[in-house]
Amino acid sequence: MQTHTDHIALFSHVSIDYPLKKYTLRAVTDVTFALKRGAVTALVGESGSGKTTIASSLIRCISEPGRVAEGDITFYGSGGEETRLDLLSDKEMRAFRWRKVSMVFQAAQSALNPVLTVREQFSETLEAHGEKLAKEEREARFSDLLDYVKLDAERVLSSYPHELSGGMKQRVMIAFALLLDPELIILDEPTTALDVITQNYIFTLLKKINREKGISMLLMTHDISVVAKFADYVGVMYGGRLMEYGDVRTVFHRREHPYTAGLIGATPSIVGDISQMKPIEGSPPDLLDLPKGCVFAPRCPKCRPVCLTEEPPMREFEDGSMGKCYFYREGDHADTAG
Amino acid sequence: MQTRQDDIRAETPLMRLENINMVFRKPGALFADRDIHVLKDISLEIGEREIVALVGESGCGKTTLGKIVTGLYRPTSGDVYFEGERVSGVFDKKLSSYNQVQFIQQDSYAALNPVRTIYQSLYAPIKTHHRKWKRAQIDERIEELMGLIGLLPSSQFLGKYPHQLSGGQRQRILMARAISLDPKLIVADEPVSMIDVSLRLSLLNLMKELNEKLGMSFVYISHDLSTTRYIAHSGRVAVMYLGQIVEVGKIGDVISSPRHPYTRALLQAVPIPDPDFKGNDELPLKSMQLGSLENRGEGCAFFDRCLYSREACKQKFGSVLTETAEVLCCNLGQVPSEPVFEKIDRTEENV
Amino acid sequence: MMNKTHSTSRFSAVGAFFQGLGSSAARGCRKFFSNGKTIAGFAILAFFVLVAVFGPLIFPYDPDTDMASAYLMPSWEHPFGTDWLGRDVFRQVIAGTGSVLEIAFYSAVFTVVLGTVLGIVSGYLGGWVDKVIMAVTNIFLSIPSFPIYLLLAAIVTINTPVSLSVIISIWSWAGLCRAVRVQIMSLKERDFIQICSVMHMSKAHIIFKELLPNVFSYIAINFVMAMRNAIMASVGIMLVGLAAYDPTNWGAIINAARTKGLMNVKNIYILLYPLLCIVVFQISTLLLANGLDETLNPRLKVM
Repeated sequence: MQTHTDHIALFSHVSIDYPLKKYTLRAVTDVTFALKRGAVTALVGESGSGKTTIASSLIRCISEPGRVAEGDITFYGSGGEETRLDLLSDKEMRAFRWRKVSMVFQAAQSALNPVLTVREQFSETLEAHGEKLAKEEREARFSDLLDYVKLDAERVLSSYPHELSGGMKQRVMIAFALLLDPELIILDEPTTALDVITQNYIFTLLKKINREKGISMLLMTHDISVVAKFADYVGVMYGGRLMEYGDVRTVFHRREHPYTAGLIGATPSIVGDISQMKPIEGSPPDLLDLPKGCVFAPRCPKCRPVCLTEEPPMREFEDGSMGKCYFYREGDHADTAG
Repeated sequence: MQTRQDDIRAETPLMRLENINMVFRKPGALFADRDIHVLKDISLEIGEREIVALVGESGCGKTTLGKIVTGLYRPTSGDVYFEGERVSGVFDKKLSSYNQVQFIQQDSYAALNPVRTIYQSLYAPIKTHHRKWKRAQIDERIEELMGLIGLLPSSQFLGKYPHQLSGGQRQRILMARAISLDPKLIVADEPVSMIDVSLRLSLLNLMKELNEKLGMSFVYISHDLSTTRYIAHSGRVAVMYLGQIVEVGKIGDVISSPRHPYTRALLQAVPIPDPDFKGNDELPLKSMQLGSLENRGEGCAFFDRCLYSREACKQKFGSVLTETAEVLCCNLGQVPSEPVFEKIDRTEENV
Repeated sequence: MMNKTHSTSRFSAVGAFFQGLGSSAARGCRKFFSNGKTIAGFAILAFFVLVAVFGPLIFPYDPDTDMASAYLMPSWEHPFGTDWLGRDVFRQVIAGTGSVLEIAFYSAVFTVVLGTVLGIVSGYLGGWVDKVIMAVTNIFLSIPSFPIYLLLAAIVTINTPVSLSVIISIWSWAGLCRAVRVQIMSLKERDFIQICSVMHMSKAHIIFKELLPNVFSYIAINFVMAMRNAIMASVGIMLVGLAAYDPTNWGAIINAARTKGLMNVKNIYILLYPLLCIVVFQISTLLLANGLDETLNPRLKVM
């Protein structure tokens, strides 16, 4: 059992439901993992894997009508305080959000208000969180932040969102997320719509923020290459389950979970051998009609009869990593949970 | 795999673009219309059975060039030759009688009429071009196409509307529609960028198969060098920057020894799915700012961002033939020529 | 719904029938009865149609005057009472239903056909065709309609539902035309229309098989709205007595009740019945339009 000071947040057996008209859709099922303080943790998965849902639950931004049905989400502040996020009232959550945990959204253009200048939006957020600063102090803070993300503060502050390019908007969003000095930033596919050069630039910047300011990050992405380049820890999500979790190098080198291995094996790279690449057969799971045993079983090359009847438990390994599969190689990764 | 009766023209490439320029006029304030020079002096050849990839950032003109190849746009100046004959756009008789260039768009949902079934979307083009075919004949052809793209049994898909299919399935339907008229060339514009990672590879494999089995040439447009390398591993790549082709060559050569400073930056920015390749995060670029397409002078478009630019680059630029590629840079002597990825696979030592 | 598959891969004559416009109509019909508002609106409308068709057979209207029984209060024999000439108001209202519905239907047909055809042609072809059509449309949109109705009604003899409908629809197609044009212009730029040019499909195919089905739901909603507007306009025209070709028309009844009511206050309650019918009819069209909008309009669709 690790001490909680190593962690900034802990998801414990979290399940998230979307009650719809005729049925309830379980988008996240029994997910347990901890976010390491000061590290970049990535959640990788395809559309519908539940990665956005679980990350949004930290600041209660799950899209309607989703709600946490089971489990606890705990936040450990740097001052040693513990906050049960799932028990906060809406008012307490509003005070918590952005001050402790902020978020950079996927679509920067729609996250910024089109009729307000960047300065107005920054000021508004400060006021909403009861920060009363003198005008000069406020201006100084804004320009510091924008300088930090390498934007021309003077020009950008008085600009409207449509006057900025995609990469600039995303950097404004990052500055915006830093506004109240949070301890954790959630990054929801921050570079999906951007080109590789801008993407590289954004991640270099984020890494700098992570290292210099010690802000922990939770990155959601579908791109395993981005994970390899940027993250320290990775959680692989599939069909609402956390399939594997661990240190990036451990997970990439072990390549034993069939889904993780499949994902890496199906991602073309500009180095190395491409003749060995294989797609994952089959199609992504339908959350309303999940298979009985392991959710990945229908597409799994290692699938055996037991996989079809009973869902494998989450196994913990000595190196702190976890995996949800019956067939990890024995010996190599001693099984502590049994 | 029929051999086409044009061995005489074996020397002529399937499609040849010569000095293509494309200028859009952007209405400004009163009389101040501005010219946007989207493509500048593009020349490119696409051979039979060849895969040519167009790679670049958004705004580099790769989609516009793709639309010129399909004939949707007519270039402002310059000529397009198809099998040695000059053609001029979609409504050109030479092209229309054969339908030899087809187009696969990026957004598979937008590319299919939302109120028509898959069957209807596949039926109409075949019927248009084979007026005498009976329904049974067309049905047979559709069945064959569905087999080719791997959506069987076809009855499970044909009666559905586009929104009832997944992105991967829709993208396959687009391929079926594109090959239904037996084209010689298919332009595919970012065909996998909106598809889930686990399904991308099978779509790329399908395109490779169509290229190999049916002998169709492909123009693959993408901003993603990794998928480009996968699909066009034996073909050529043209790297575009601000409406110009800055480097063109065999894809293996371009990736292993990129010559143009922009190509080098682009390659270095590509994330590698291996945590051991941490690479150098600082890109060899002076600025992040993309240059402007307006009021282009005679100088090199990459001037402002290039680490190796000299005063002379502002005045003129020209292309250089190296052993492996044609590069649009006149200061190549100064540009390093070692591979971008010096860090060789360290995976083995680490395990 | 999701797993619905076609039992045959070979589409027969029935399948062919559903191609193009038919397919969206078929889809619309399937969705049609999934919305409460649509059902309610449709039911009321159907009731009016039944009344129009069978009402006069069961309760034939006797236009003969019978001064002895003028101004009778409602009773079992005369549920709505009688008017100043002793005619049964209940039977009058029933007899008028048919012409009211006819006017509504014809006007809507004229409006929708004119508006849609011109809108599609203008939007798809563009260029000078578009300029001419838009100029004409703007003229029709900028001149206030009601005084023109009055003027036309004064010049032309209006003696059939069709002629009244023509006059009403001449002034109502322009708005629809503009709206359809805008939709077509944006659809034209969409990928699936562009690909049609790459595949060298004919203009006729693009217009009728690709574009039209996409605006079909919009047209259906506008058809209902046009019916609603036509009733308003026709009642207005009748009310001011400009086209009193038919004394049983609801507007004409109101008009009579109003003018005669000035002489005999007892008579004024006759206003209520046709007024009530108009209100109910309006409600039904609104319900139907709203319901159709909810089921067909993709922007309101929540999945």
